[in-house]
Amino acid sequence: MIDNQRLAVSLAGLNLKNPVMPASGCFGFGREYAEFYDLNRLGAIVVKATTMEERLGNPVPRVAETPGGMLNAIGLQNPGVDEVMKTELPYLEQFKDLPVIVNVAGTEIEDYVAVSQRVSEAPNVSAIELNISCPNVKCGGITFGTDPGIAGELTAAVKKVSKVPVFVKLSPNVTDIVPIAQAVEAAGADGLSMINTLVGMRLNLKTRRPIIANGTGGLSGPAIKPVAIRMIYQVSQQVNIPIIGMGGIQNAEDVLEFIMAGASAVAVGTANFVDPFVCPNIIDELEQKMDEYGVSSIQELVGAGWK
Amino acid sequence: MRKGMATVLSNQQIVDRVFRLEVQGDLIGEMTWPGQFVHVRCGTGIDPLLRRPISICDVNVEEKILTMVYRVEGHGTKILSESVPGQPLDLLGPLGQGFPIDERKEGEHALLIGGGIGVPPLYYLGKELVKRGVKVTYVIGFGTASQVILEDELQSVGTTYVVTMDGSAGEKGLVTDVLNEGFNLEDSAWDVLYSCGPLPMLKALQDRFQPTGKEGYLSLEQRMGCGVGACLACVCQTQSPENGKKYRKVCSDGPVFPLGEVKL
Repeated sequence: MIDNQRLAVSLAGLNLKNPVMPASGCFGFGREYAEFYDLNRLGAIVVKATTMEERLGNPVPRVAETPGGMLNAIGLQNPGVDEVMKTELPYLEQFKDLPVIVNVAGTEIEDYVAVSQRVSEAPNVSAIELNISCPNVKCGGITFGTDPGIAGELTAAVKKVSKVPVFVKLSPNVTDIVPIAQAVEAAGADGLSMINTLVGMRLNLKTRRPIIANGTGGLSGPAIKPVAIRMIYQVSQQVNIPIIGMGGIQNAEDVLEFIMAGASAVAVGTANFVDPFVCPNIIDELEQKMDEYGVSSIQELVGAGWK
Repeated sequence: MRKGMATVLSNQQIVDRVFRLEVQGDLIGEMTWPGQFVHVRCGTGIDPLLRRPISICDVNVEEKILTMVYRVEGHGTKILSESVPGQPLDLLGPLGQGFPIDERKEGEHALLIGGGIGVPPLYYLGKELVKRGVKVTYVIGFGTASQVILEDELQSVGTTYVVTMDGSAGEKGLVTDVLNEGFNLEDSAWDVLYSCGPLPMLKALQDRFQPTGKEGYLSLEQRMGCGVGACLACVCQTQSPENGKKYRKVCSDGPVFPLGEVKL
């Protein structure tokens, strides 16, 4: 139910009561955080990347810390689409006021198409987020996200079968993100999610080897916020589809900055690990910050940074 | 599972790099299960960004006082070591599955084996076992005499054997060596094993006692992200992936696992 028009946002046919959702991979399928608060408070939920088959993920260590951020290489660990359809999505049905966005990943176009078709038929799935940008999985994932042609081809193929809007999650690990955004828009994407993590590495001084078993990991957290803001600012001026912005959001002021840059809604990732209550806290804090900065509604602020 | 603020009562170095931190706060009243842990925010800024999992060494449930004994390993624990009385500390917890103790019967004999900074949670465990009428024997191992912690506290709970790798305190060798000699700790002398310590020690215990069918529980340590089971940073593989469960999460399925459940 939308009871506050100031916070309500509409993107690609989704009507959200507020613009704040947890980001994929940082919130599992919601179960763990439902122990802390009522998930109906969220604008939406983006669940963990789902693949055709079960994936066991990468060896540990899977995370390393950096100033203001963290590197992770989980490796898309998930129970596979059958189990997600059987247990995880039905679990979320109890939250009647919670639009569910499923992040879909794969190694071949056929995987993405098959998984997208299946999950888009689930009764409580409102949208798909195509993960063409995971930096931690070999062969696939990120290769789709770094080539405009392949990204467009994949988007078009998934659009053909999906019963719900399709957001494409873009990689920041490219020379120019704009042509990729334009390619997926031309291929029929309903929206964009940006940005995924930045590829990074840390070494262990004692072992002289990378801390993360995978070698490289994806950098997230407040350290990457300026990169996300810059990319959203660039892309939002070149496309006509809405953007879910993400990358280091920690508080309501960060949300306003992302919206100003051109995002229509936001996802909060790493900050959930620091404070499990961060999403509801941001939602509670948002109106006060809007008053402070003279913002009448979230919708009117979209792209105010360049309009 | 809660998040809350506690107030630092004291924070003192007990041996090189190891500190004893006492804090008081409402959520500590829930910390009744030995072997669970708290996820501690070190400092208030974004560096370090993530919390640090710290074991529960002792709890005074009535007065809501938690004792943590931790070793300075890096940036986060260094900041924690600078805590001063009166300072607020942001805690998430108690988290995870602790040492199973409800099935213990009066008169049983529990063997508690700790290594290094894995020793602290065995103090609270031992006290709770003794409350249930269980006899407790400790074997605690360290590199050298200057690293020995909590010996007096543990002696007050049960007979405590100290082992050091260089022989500078107690017996020389590894904790497993003591089980071979004349300490009356042969397999038939005890009913259940509880252990926390470095991975090689836990592996040695699992390799030795899993084939015997003895009941035992091991507490694991792993780099964590969220601490509540969502991020999948701290997984370990199961030995027999029955029921499709091929992995366990150290933070939420553990940190304590029955002997033989996970691969070490």
